[in-house]
Amino acid sequence: MALKADIIAQLKKELLQLQGIKLSGEFSAVQLPPAINQAFPQHTFPTGAVHEFISHHPEDFAATIGFINTILQALMAHGGPCMWISSRRQTFPPGLAVFGIQPERIVFVDVQTQRDVLWATEECLKCEKLAAVVSDLKEVSFVQSRKMQLAVEASRVTGFILRHQPKLTETTASVARWRIKPLATPKDELIPGLGFASWQVTLEKIRNGVPGSWQVINDPDGIMLYNPQTITEKNEQQIRKIV
Amino acid sequence: MQQRFVSIWFCYLKTDWFVRRHQNLKDIPFVLAEVSHGRKVITAINPLAQKEGIAVGMVVADARASVPQLQAVDDVPGLNEKLLHAIGQWCDRFTPVVAVDAPHGLLLNVTGCAHLWGGETPYLKEIQRRFKEYGYHTRMAIADTPGAAWAVARYGNKSMVQSGKQSDALMDLPPAALRLSVPILEKLHKLGFRNIKGFMHMQRSALRRRFGKELLLQLDKALGHELETLLPILPPAEYTERLPCLEPIRTQAGIEIAIQKLLDQLCTRLQKEGKGIRNATLKGYRVDGHMVSTAVSTVLPSVNTHHLFRLFELKIPELEPDLGIEMFTLEATALEDLQAQQETLFEITGNLADKELAELVDRISSKLPSARIHRYLPVEGYWPEQSIQATPKLTGEPTTAWRTDKQRPVELLNTPRRIEVTAPIPDYPPMLFTYMGALHKVTKADGPERIERAWWMDRGYHRDYYAIEDEQGRRYWIYRLGHYDNTQPPGWFLHGYFA
Repeated sequence: MALKADIIAQLKKELLQLQGIKLSGEFSAVQLPPAINQAFPQHTFPTGAVHEFISHHPEDFAATIGFINTILQALMAHGGPCMWISSRRQTFPPGLAVFGIQPERIVFVDVQTQRDVLWATEECLKCEKLAAVVSDLKEVSFVQSRKMQLAVEASRVTGFILRHQPKLTETTASVARWRIKPLATPKDELIPGLGFASWQVTLEKIRNGVPGSWQVINDPDGIMLYNPQTITEKNEQQIRKIV
Repeated sequence: MQQRFVSIWFCYLKTDWFVRRHQNLKDIPFVLAEVSHGRKVITAINPLAQKEGIAVGMVVADARASVPQLQAVDDVPGLNEKLLHAIGQWCDRFTPVVAVDAPHGLLLNVTGCAHLWGGETPYLKEIQRRFKEYGYHTRMAIADTPGAAWAVARYGNKSMVQSGKQSDALMDLPPAALRLSVPILEKLHKLGFRNIKGFMHMQRSALRRRFGKELLLQLDKALGHELETLLPILPPAEYTERLPCLEPIRTQAGIEIAIQKLLDQLCTRLQKEGKGIRNATLKGYRVDGHMVSTAVSTVLPSVNTHHLFRLFELKIPELEPDLGIEMFTLEATALEDLQAQQETLFEITGNLADKELAELVDRISSKLPSARIHRYLPVEGYWPEQSIQATPKLTGEPTTAWRTDKQRPVELLNTPRRIEVTAPIPDYPPMLFTYMGALHKVTKADGPERIERAWWMDRGYHRDYYAIEDEQGRRYWIYRLGHYDNTQPPGWFLHGYFA
């Protein structure tokens, strides 16, 4: 029986490869909470794939950038530089530095039109020396997304498509579609001021995975599931340490 | 290698040009004239007028007396030089070294060029044919020295002087063929020297005593004993490759082959010299006399033909072949020493100086010329807009560290937007604010963080920044401009979004 299970696992892996999800071995640079990892095929964040992020408000867009930054930080620490392509960029590099990214290793490409964004994105996704490509691309058609997906399957670059206020009329060939929103958390009496950012992370679509929605908090140790109990305990420990 | 020169003499330069512009002058005798000392003096004539016996220097009234139908057109001062210069530039298709030989000719250094047209005779025929098409009467000769070519073009009856045979060719020509000044010519005439052969083999000391240095110098120049250098119209480009085509090129495939060939030649040469291309210009000379060109530039010096070809490939749509391109030139307009690409023992990833990355940037900037490709480096400045500096260079480490001790938003508005705020007491974070018609209730806040202006750069109020979160968890970076004041309420602005 064990033999049979092995064969099935092997076949599943092969199927995934055929569908464009290549597994980068045991090691994964991106550390997400286990609950979120469960949603991915093979329980690892798919690198070398195109991820779409939908946002409708500028606040959601900022939260999306925050979530991507946590992933980018891991990808760039173990890989090459990053390209950031946009036609209406307001990104503030010092704000990225807070996430542990070296902003000087991001090459910003500011172009005029969405058409140029698309061309530049596709060209960047073909370059193997990059760790990731962030692209502010509002609309993307099925054919375009398929081309991008084929490009990253060859180059193993991870693509992040920031779709701000899209029409969403067409299905796309990207591996995952996310929606990140700010999450209101009750004020922690122990910590003054704002505290850590928390987000409602929704994985709307994941190829060969299980979509889901989670409440997370961006702790200095990485992204954690939001749980008031553990957070409070942790804060108490920290305060005890300081005192 | 034996140098070869072509001298072109435009017998009726100005009048031919007038005929080109006014076709009605084609079949009538006409002259150009300018006013001198109250009289109209002829400065140029056309072949028909010459046939009627009219010469340059005559007064128009006298000429009219003998040829009543003679047309006189006002001369344009400085036209000769202007025309010769333009024609000389056009001649760039035959040889890169073209010099103006005022007032009526051009001198071309054609060393190593004629074989591309299949020999010197077809080469000369081609030049003559092209000028004839444009309506210019020309006479030309090819010889080892500019002086001999000049003499044979104007006074000889053939156009070819074999290599080393210039003294034979000069023998029977009049002394004027040596480009001598009028007093010397008159003196020679007076002494009965009708052709050069008469005094060519005389003792040099005797000639110098009687005629001065000029005669000997010009004779030596014509015979090749004295070097004569030409001053080219176009400064010679050091790194240029040319590709004349047998048939005019009109297709994309043809242009691609031409680019590939030129790049191969240029890059092989540059590689040997340890240089790389930063900027390169491709020019195509069209059949209709126009020139089309396109340029590419690279971030790092490159001799990678594959990469450079890809850059030009993106630009091919800009080149309009129209009726066909008959010659391509590729010029490296900016060069840099090649940086030795060290083979790394271990693949260090994340290298911004990587060649592939530089090539990617080149491709983007050549396809999208308006794209702004840059990185940001931190600057020691507190004012948010002045805390970063854009740099187009891909290499270079920051000189100062990124500051992470203060909260900074991930999105910073290009221009801060005004908001309406309710604050409980001065210097406290606001309780409520209205932005774009929506009311936000502030639940958490950090601040204030006062940021002063750099007073030596601009004057104005300081900003008190607050990081705030509303009841839906959305985080903003807002500031109050200046102090609370009794006379006018402070301005509040939204400046960014936190993640």
